[in-house]
Order: sequence, then structure tokens, then C-alpha cells
Amino acid sequence: MAYSDKVVEHAENPRNVGTLDKDDPNVGTGLVGAPACGDVMRLQIRVNDDGVIEDAKFKTFGCGSAIASSSLATEWIKGKKVEEAEAIKNSDIVTELNLPPVKIHCSVLAEDAIKSAIADYRAKKAAKEA
Amino acid sequence: MAIKLPIFMDYHSTTPVDPRVIEEMLPYFNEKFGNAASRSHSFGWTAEEAVDYARERIAKLINAQSEKEIVFTSGATESDNIALKGVAEFYKDKGNHIITSVIEHKAILDTCKRLEKEGCEVTYLTPTKEGLIEPEMVANAITDKTILVSIMLANNEIGTVQPLEAIGKITREKGVLLHSDAVQGIGKVPFDVQKMNVDLCSITAHKMYGPKGIGALYVRRSKPRVRLVAQMDGGGHERGMRSGTLNVPGIVGFGKAAAIMMEDGAKDNARILALRERLRTKLQAGIEEAIVNGSMEHRLPGNLNISFSFVEGEAMMMAIKDVAVSSGSACTSASLEPSYVLRALGVGDEMAHSSIRFGLGRWTTEEEVDYVANLVIDKVKHLRNMSPLYEMYKDGIDLKSVQWVAH
Repeated sequence: MAYSDKVVEHAENPRNVGTLDKDDPNVGTGLVGAPACGDVMRLQIRVNDDGVIEDAKFKTFGCGSAIASSSLATEWIKGKKVEEAEAIKNSDIVTELNLPPVKIHCSVLAEDAIKSAIADYRAKKAAKEA
Repeated sequence: MAIKLPIFMDYHSTTPVDPRVIEEMLPYFNEKFGNAASRSHSFGWTAEEAVDYARERIAKLINAQSEKEIVFTSGATESDNIALKGVAEFYKDKGNHIITSVIEHKAILDTCKRLEKEGCEVTYLTPTKEGLIEPEMVANAITDKTILVSIMLANNEIGTVQPLEAIGKITREKGVLLHSDAVQGIGKVPFDVQKMNVDLCSITAHKMYGPKGIGALYVRRSKPRVRLVAQMDGGGHERGMRSGTLNVPGIVGFGKAAAIMMEDGAKDNARILALRERLRTKLQAGIEEAIVNGSMEHRLPGNLNISFSFVEGEAMMMAIKDVAVSSGSACTSASLEPSYVLRALGVGDEMAHSSIRFGLGRWTTEEEVDYVANLVIDKVKHLRNMSPLYEMYKDGIDLKSVQWVAH
């Protein structure tokens, strides 16, 4: 199986690996996938008062393409407004990483992870304001 | 001495051709190039003589009674096809039931699927969690319609060695034929068609340091005499069982590879087993939750199939890209399904996704084993650092209690 240079680069030097405090009210956590399917992504965002994602971290159990997709996702969303991050499509990741058809689900998972983290952040915020 | 990269630790997939084999093959490409079926001149006779000599050597390796019981084919896939389809067709008036196991090679499983479409009934035995087919499982599955049992000698993924002698006792008693796909085990673990009452067996040269594209089917000639319907029509070569001009250089190489196995096999295997154990103990000492798949007791000397929990197999292979290994992870196949062999053992899909198969062989060195062990230990640490599952495990979360969102 040949990987694109970008996948190899991200998999070998993943950006933003780590953990944010999931109990922090400004942190949203998304956990998607399942071990039995061979990939699990956890993506976390910390959003400041202006609605900007000031930090993003991930941990991924999955193949090189899954690791690369989540690494790229954190790189892209950092510094973006939540609404902008929400607009990222899996097809953008496919294009950027040159993913072959069998790896498209990795990009779908990364999009799901972003959306799931944002949903968690919003739910927390709503709960706090309520 | 600096280690030479890449390192080949995938000896179950294929093996390099032994230089002694190549040397013996070379004259048969241009100097002694005759067609073994040419009866009218010395070119043909020379080729036929070489083929017969190879036949004897291969017969000896599996302890066949006669070299006439060896039928040359293009490889084990073809041998499996002829054995199953040929027997099913010939004995269709006697019965239509075949017994095999779910952990057989696809050459057996897909052939069985085809036979089912054509009216055969197939029982697929599930192995124990150790990856073994117990003789009683076979005994219990035999009916008065059973014509053939096909159980592999050793599994290509987990290296488990099946109790063929005990199975052969049962099939002989019940008057059922026994076929074995023996490609992974020949020369590596004891195999004797007479002692084990094996009636047909598939072999291939490239898994035992011979060339690719040449294999054989052993077909017993007496007690009982096995009959089958040829699946290839043509000039009636190989006693009518497999038409097609013989691959003389390949056959010569196959014969030499068999002779080397006879001579050096035991010594080779002891060395390889020691290396495999060195690798296993190092890995299990350096990595927590590294779990071997399949029986350690009944196992090929060169096989180590191990799951590094919380790390996905393909990511692992990418991280150790200078080491050629294989994985039961779904990501290595187009199907996105993890290894059917590991699933049959009930190890759980997540463990199948985390499995790595190391295959050691004739040219594996201690330096390579040490290099690979250290590299793997290092990379597992690296990948676990970015694994959410490992973090959850460390936090004491039972991964089975988590509601995963399957996709």
C-alpha cells in the first residue's frame, strides 16, 4: 500500500497530540469510532470567549491515514472560529491528504470528531448559561 | 556490524530462493531446456529424468510410498482446487459432504463456496480459542455422505499446527479421504503422509526456499487409491491429473529445496525457534498487554502472531516500515474486515486490528531479531502515547463498558 507523502509526514510527525482537561467548561471533547472497527478518534478543542478555538488536541487509535486525518484536523481548526471549524468537510481532508477510496472513512471520522467536539462544547456552554 | 535494511520478517508470505536451489535450476533454462513430455529425443529424456529425480526428493520429504504420487501444479492454490473439486466430482455418487475449518486458506474456503453452489454440503469447523481443530470435532461432523475432510497442517496467520495424525486416524477408520493444505508446515514441523493417513496434500515450493509458480499435489495411490477428475483438459500430463507442459526448471528447484529441507530442516528449525522465542520474550518483557494469538505449544517455529493492545496494526507497520511484517488489521485488506482467522479464535475485533504477524526463516539473524524487538517496543510506546484507548486503559476505564459510536 502506498501512502501519500502528506499522510506519511503527518503520521510520523503528528501535530497536537495530547489531552485537554475534559472537565474545563471551555473544552469540548469528541470521541468517535469504535475499537472493533479499527479506529477511534478523540478530538478536543478549547474555545475562548470570542468563540475562537485557541487550542486543539487529538489522540487516535487507527491506521496512518486516520492519524494523519486527525492531525490535520487539529491543525486546521486551531485559530478558527467555531462556526468556521464546523464548515470543514471530509472531502477537504481527502483532497489535502490525497486519501485513496478505502481510506475515505478516516476523513469522515475526522469530520465527525470535529463536529462532536463542537457539540460537546456547545452543550456545556448551554448548560452553564441555563 | 550495521544492520541491513529493510528486514524481511514475513516468511509466511514467501521466502527467498536458496542459492543452492538457483544453481541447480539454471542449466534447465537454456542448456537442458527440453520438454519432459518429448519421448523421441535426448532433450526430452534429460528433462524427464530431472523431473523424476525431483519427484523422488519431494516424495521422500513427505514420506510418500512412491514418487508417482506427486502431481506437479502451478502452486498450492491449484493443488487445493484440484483436490477438492476433483474429489467432489469423482465421488459424487458416494456422497456430497465435505468437512473443513473456518481458518483454512482462501484457496480452500473459496473452492468450498464454489462447490456449495454446485450442490455440495460443506461443514466449516470452528477452532478452539487456541486455534486448534480437535479430532472429535471432525469425528462428530462426519456423516454417511462425507467424502472428504480438508484440514491444513499449519495456519498461515497464527502458525498453529493441527493434530493431523489423530484426525487421520478418524478419517481412515470412517473411510473418508483426508486432504491437507500443508504449505506452511512442510519441512518445519513433522509431516508424514503414511503415519498421518493423509490421502491428498498440497505443497508449494516458494514457502520452502524454492521458486514461485511451482507446487505439487500428493495423491495417494494405494490403500486407498485416490481418484479424482482432472480440472484442466489437455495433453494428459501427470497421469492425466494435470495437463500442461511441465515447468522443468521450477520442478528441479522444488526438488532441490525439498532435499535441503530433508538435510538441514531440523537444524534450521531449532535455530529459528530459538530466535522466535528471543523475539517473543523481548517483546513481552518490554510491552505490557502484548498478547500472543494462537497456541504456543502447537505452533510453527518461525511464527509469532501478537496483538499490541491499543495500537492499530497498520499504523504499527507504517511506524516500522523498514521491517516487512503483516497484520490482521482490516486496513491491510481491501475488505475493511479484520482477519477471519483471528475472529474465528474469538479474540475480538479490536485485538485482530492490533495484531502483527512476524515470520522468521532461514536467513533471520539474532541481530535482526534484537533490532526489530527494540524498534517495536519503541514504536508501540510512541503509538500508545497517541492512543485514546491506552489513555482510557491507564485511567482504569473498562473499554468494553464504553458505548462506542460504530461507523
